Amino acid sequence: MVKAVEQEKLIEVKNLKKHFKVDGKATLQAVDGVSFHIYRGETFGLVGESGCGKSTTGRTLNRLYDATDGEVIFDGENVHGKKSSKQLKALNRKMQMIFQDPYASLNPRMAVEDIIAEGIDIHNLARNKREREEKVIELLETVGLSQQHASRYAHEFSGGQRQRIGIARALAVDPEFIIADEPISALDVSIQAQVVNLMQKLQRERGLTYLFIAHDLSMVKHISDRVGVMYLGKMAEVAESEELYGNPLHPYTQALLSAIPVPDPNFERNRERIILKGDVPSPVHPPSGCRFRTRCPLATEVCANVVPRWIEAGEDHWVACHVYDEEYNHNFKQKSI
Amino acid sequence: MENILEVNDLHVSFETHRGEVKAVRGVNLTLQKGEALAIVGESGSGKSVTTRAIMGLLPKPAGRVKSGGVLFNERDLTKLSDKQMQRLRGSEISMIFQDPMTSLNPTMTIGKQIMEVIRRHQNVSRADAKNRAIELLGLVGIPNPEERIKQYPHQFSGGMRQRVIIAIALACNPHVLIADEPTTALDVTIQAQILDLMKDLQKKTNTSIILITHDLGVVANMAQRVAVMYGGKIIETGTVDEIFYEPKHPYTWGLLSSMPRVNSKNSELFAIPGTPPDLSNPPKGCPFAARCPHVMKVCTEVMPDYSAVSDTHQIACWLQDERAPKVEPPEEIQIGGDHE
Amino acid sequence: MTLLNKNNEITQDMFEPAVMDSNESEVIAGKSTSFLKDSFQRLVRNKAAVISAIILLVIVALALIGPMMNKYGIDDQNVTRQNLSAKIPGLDKIHWLPFDGFENNVNLYKTQHAKADFWFGTDDLGRDLWTRTWKGTQISLFIAVVAAAVDLIIGVAYGGISAYFGGKVDNILQRIVEVILGIPNLVIIILMILILRPGLISIIVAIALTGWVNMSRIVRAQMLRLKSEEYVLASRTLGASHTRIISRHLLPNTLGQIIINTMFTIPSAIFFEAFLSFIGLGIKDPVASLGSLINRGFGVLQIHPYQVVFPGIVISLLLICFNILGDGLRDAFDPKLRQ
Repeated sequence: MVKAVEQEKLIEVKNLKKHFKVDGKATLQAVDGVSFHIYRGETFGLVGESGCGKSTTGRTLNRLYDATDGEVIFDGENVHGKKSSKQLKALNRKMQMIFQDPYASLNPRMAVEDIIAEGIDIHNLARNKREREEKVIELLETVGLSQQHASRYAHEFSGGQRQRIGIARALAVDPEFIIADEPISALDVSIQAQVVNLMQKLQRERGLTYLFIAHDLSMVKHISDRVGVMYLGKMAEVAESEELYGNPLHPYTQALLSAIPVPDPNFERNRERIILKGDVPSPVHPPSGCRFRTRCPLATEVCANVVPRWIEAGEDHWVACHVYDEEYNHNFKQKSI
Repeated sequence: MENILEVNDLHVSFETHRGEVKAVRGVNLTLQKGEALAIVGESGSGKSVTTRAIMGLLPKPAGRVKSGGVLFNERDLTKLSDKQMQRLRGSEISMIFQDPMTSLNPTMTIGKQIMEVIRRHQNVSRADAKNRAIELLGLVGIPNPEERIKQYPHQFSGGMRQRVIIAIALACNPHVLIADEPTTALDVTIQAQILDLMKDLQKKTNTSIILITHDLGVVANMAQRVAVMYGGKIIETGTVDEIFYEPKHPYTWGLLSSMPRVNSKNSELFAIPGTPPDLSNPPKGCPFAARCPHVMKVCTEVMPDYSAVSDTHQIACWLQDERAPKVEPPEEIQIGGDHE
Repeated sequence: MTLLNKNNEITQDMFEPAVMDSNESEVIAGKSTSFLKDSFQRLVRNKAAVISAIILLVIVALALIGPMMNKYGIDDQNVTRQNLSAKIPGLDKIHWLPFDGFENNVNLYKTQHAKADFWFGTDDLGRDLWTRTWKGTQISLFIAVVAAAVDLIIGVAYGGISAYFGGKVDNILQRIVEVILGIPNLVIIILMILILRPGLISIIVAIALTGWVNMSRIVRAQMLRLKSEEYVLASRTLGASHTRIISRHLLPNTLGQIIINTMFTIPSAIFFEAFLSFIGLGIKDPVASLGSLINRGFGVLQIHPYQVVFPGIVISLLLICFNILGDGLRDAFDPKLRQ
């Protein structure tokens, strides 16, 4: 694992906000002030449950959605600033995306070679038909498929194979950064391992940086160098992978980790589980102050009145919780669940 | 322990325009009273089709039971008429499905949906049914049941809906509850709540549960016995400890090794290469042969019989034959006592 | 422990390791089919749709060459040979078919001293109904083509633009559509008749003003749905231009709906014209349309039924066959049925 000191920040997200208008007046605060950074060459895992805003964050990062507020700096360049179409195109090449649903991420009317070559066509990366074909075959082989697959259509492939086609499509433009939006959630367990291994191999060979968005915490821990936990549009905690899973600070992270069922019957029989009460509140009307307070066993008055600050509680270990804030932590008798 | 449900050599096929798809090819299962049996497998393994066949819910006319039987209360369920099955469903055998969003009728109140099941199978008055419904909602942990009974599904969250579905399933105190991926569509923290609830209810009502899932963590959490399915067949059965700590089938090894553990770190995940077989043209021998690292010539030719590793542990694999070479399970899965 | 399930057929050497080729499971068997090929195969299996298609082709062929098959024009009047019933030489000996030239057991051709045979008979002005019927069919088919063109050109573009750009553009365009829908077709056609003369032009203008609205809504609904599909997002992420997204991703996936809808717009348009002509607001004499022929024949339906029956059958066949074909196409294109 590369030490933080030597690393270069490829992506810096500063107070990013993305709000959607719902039903006229109400706003859905999908992402509401999220800050984090991703180092070049690493895998940053982003986890959280449904409605936490992780997918929206990913899509706002590469400008698929326009940000409502805040900044995304990619390699020194502001992603959301005023840009000419040429500049946008150049940015598109560097930041690519792979999607969750292998059954919806490929155009059913296009042959596989056209799907993969779309990026090549848009950015004129091949001089003639033969070169295009060669590049497509090379990409197919990189992801473990073969030439005979090029003339086929998406519906002829299994979920895992389609996901690999999606990866080949993203690689076609030679990107630096890939946002993987739940790339394995819809796949069978034994296929998930195939895809994850492929992604790691590609990272080693091409020096790729990944944002790995998922809700499967075990897989995220395995593949990520650093991990961020989101809850209801806010970032709760960010730390190195081992550190987060070994020493979770935020009560939500602690509950989340405790909830994962482990494939070990003895462990399951003997463990003490933290079961959170109640449901996730609506992102249209989030709770005041700390959004987790309605389900947090440690919550006190200050949690309802003051929004927690983003604090560095350990070495490169950030958390948004009053328990770790010197100014407020006297309010708490208990510091952990 | 007596068997409350027995599946004997079940074969289920679907007629499609591509030909016959043999989804279930000779499955044997037993469910004991009060236990939770997990059927584990990936998509295409035939686990969902097996339970649909038990419930008589195969899509007609495409799906049908080709041979074999399902013994419940001394009756073969596959031979019963639609009407007879309707009387059984909901009252003696219940089923809950994966997607809480689509399992409830959006135009009926929750109360009505629960009462409908009760009044269909039991001769009770409306008032009694209503009281029972309120009682059930309380049992599954829904606060203010008297109020919520008048509400519609869209006013409940995903986790709450799944609780309602469990309430409906348990309304008539069935002997058997079949749960088809009941928590797959739920968030992790909600899943923990639901699994807790199911275990609690099982203790209280002594219902036998068949749990279908692909998540080995859920299996370790809930099941007493496990059956592993692949390619339309059961390839290994045993107690949960036997399957996790002493698995004998290479597919089970593959499944266990390809899961990353939160409490351990591997550098590369073991991945079973290849993809599951096409059941419109099922392979001649063992269905796992094409992907098995220990495959032998006999595996591609002949389907292995079941052999018993212990009283409770059965496996269908040629490696068990005395003529086969001795093979050790891969290092990654030897967890034994190695955990936090 | 020994496992024997087949009379000792399993020998020791069978327990040697075999070569595992996991790549074999990656190979896709069978021929590749694109969506269109797939759908076409499904359509061809639908017998009713195929028969309808054949009938339509026959009608189109007759509409084109029918009027040229004999020497009469649509306006050749000759009162001496008025109201002759249908007579086709060859079929005239089969008396249960309506082609024997008899009416009420009287051989009209003999009583009126008619020398030539009229295959569909004549009307009260002695005009040849065969020629008039097929000329009328030409008009119906022409209306069909116009309606389809209007749908495809205006409807698809309108719906597509509305869906793709969304926001204010969508708002304005949809409000206009709602206004158009609020005005009944009949009112518009009467307006057209006041401004232009009654006839083919006024009907075509009326269709061009309102006939595309349904298509635009269907295209808009489909494209709105497609806009947020992941493959469209992937294309945007790759940097695709608007044109590329519309032409390569949105349109091809809407094609199914477009074709089906066109198949249903055509019979409505045909019926619209026939109805107008029947009530006297459409095509005027001497130009023949199926509707006006039925109108004229309607007055003498009880005495000379053939004057209504033949144009009636042709228009019924047109409407039924387009509808059946449309249904067949819908089933053929339905992705849920696809394996």
